[in-house]
Amino acid sequence: MKSIQLRVNGQSVERDIPDNTLLIDLLRNGLDLTGTKEGCSVGVCGACTVLLDGQPVSSCLTLAVTANGCAVTTIEGLSEGHRLHPLQKAFIDYGGFQCGICTPGQIMSAKALLDENPRPSKDEIQNWMMGNLCRCTGYYKIIESIQAVADGKVAS
Amino acid sequence: MIAFAYIEPESLEEALALLEQHGEDAKVLAGGTGLVNLMKQRLVQPAYLIGLRQLARRPELAEIRPSGSLTIGALCSHRTIETSALIQRRLPLLATTFQHVASVRIRTAATMGGSLAHADPNQDPPPALLVLDARVRVQSSHGEREIELSDFFVDYYETVLEPDELITAVIIPPQPAGAGTSFFKFLPQTHDDYATIAVAARVSLDGDTILHPRIALGAAAATPLRARTVEAALQGQTPTPAIIRDAAALVAEEVDPLADFRGSAEYKRDMAIVFTQRAIEQAVTQATANH
Repeated sequence: MKSIQLRVNGQSVERDIPDNTLLIDLLRNGLDLTGTKEGCSVGVCGACTVLLDGQPVSSCLTLAVTANGCAVTTIEGLSEGHRLHPLQKAFIDYGGFQCGICTPGQIMSAKALLDENPRPSKDEIQNWMMGNLCRCTGYYKIIESIQAVADGKVAS
Repeated sequence: MIAFAYIEPESLEEALALLEQHGEDAKVLAGGTGLVNLMKQRLVQPAYLIGLRQLARRPELAEIRPSGSLTIGALCSHRTIETSALIQRRLPLLATTFQHVASVRIRTAATMGGSLAHADPNQDPPPALLVLDARVRVQSSHGEREIELSDFFVDYYETVLEPDELITAVIIPPQPAGAGTSFFKFLPQTHDDYATIAVAARVSLDGDTILHPRIALGAAAATPLRARTVEAALQGQTPTPAIIRDAAALVAEEVDPLADFRGSAEYKRDMAIVFTQRAIEQAVTQATANH
């Protein structure tokens, strides 16, 4: 067992966890933050993307002990009460999701992109989002959603 | 997930002492994108996992340093290398190659040292590093040694690293003046996939004569490899289409690809020839422009 302390969506969290706990399991089972989804479990599909100290990571490949002392942001951390983050609103307004299972990962990856590069080109969006798979949308709507936020077309 | 004890040393010395103490019972965790997958599949079952996170505070392990040779700290992430202005200016081949690795999310976590220790022959960086004559610096409690990258890989997921050794840096020596380089990652499927075949090349020109040619391939055999017969066929020659074509054809005997869903062994061997030729052509074009 290890004692870890981290900030999750701005809140301080302390837990004693088995050494082999994956970050996704800590989030979903330990903290009831079930917005983060597990898809492929091997770091390919991007459904489990969260931000670790602002950087996008696969929470299915991240040991929770290695998040000790870090800030974790999940999909639950984006809205302010009922006020949605512009990316969340854009995915609704522009049809950026259908079944929804990949959406939290899509939005967290998109947030990491816009945090680093607020005005990405379409190529830059496509290149960045390549590691987030979607079986429903055909991707165009996802790219349009992100582009709309980058172009300032979506008010939060 | 298998059970293990996670240990997070505060210093390099402590990490090396732990490796000496636990030997083959221990594995080193850097970005985890390779190792955690192997552990999930129970292909690797270490009793002790030594996490290197705290060592990133040591500048020589986490920075890229220019000084004649270019030294890349083992804990530099792929993303750090890809976005480094120094790498983009001095070794654009490396920036391009690292941009092609998996996805941003994986590149953010995966490290230089981790990727070499992982020794998956399908990875993109090794062919590029091989044509740049990279060396691997490793350290144990007993001292330090440098290994030519071309002598580093032994077999699938196997290197010459001893259980008590840790990769601390990758060193890229100064390149021949005006050298041209290229990297081709042939990917019939999705862009975040491993290559069906990957080829890197470096040539320099003295007038019309090819000097110091280097050709290396990934996803072509049990280890990343230098295509030395191709290099020998180019050395001292004038880069005519016929010379390049005939040299590239020799790669068929150098590779020993594994059939998988990215292609049959025969297909990969054929593609090795095609992309070796293209890699040489592009490197020659660049060297000619630099001339």
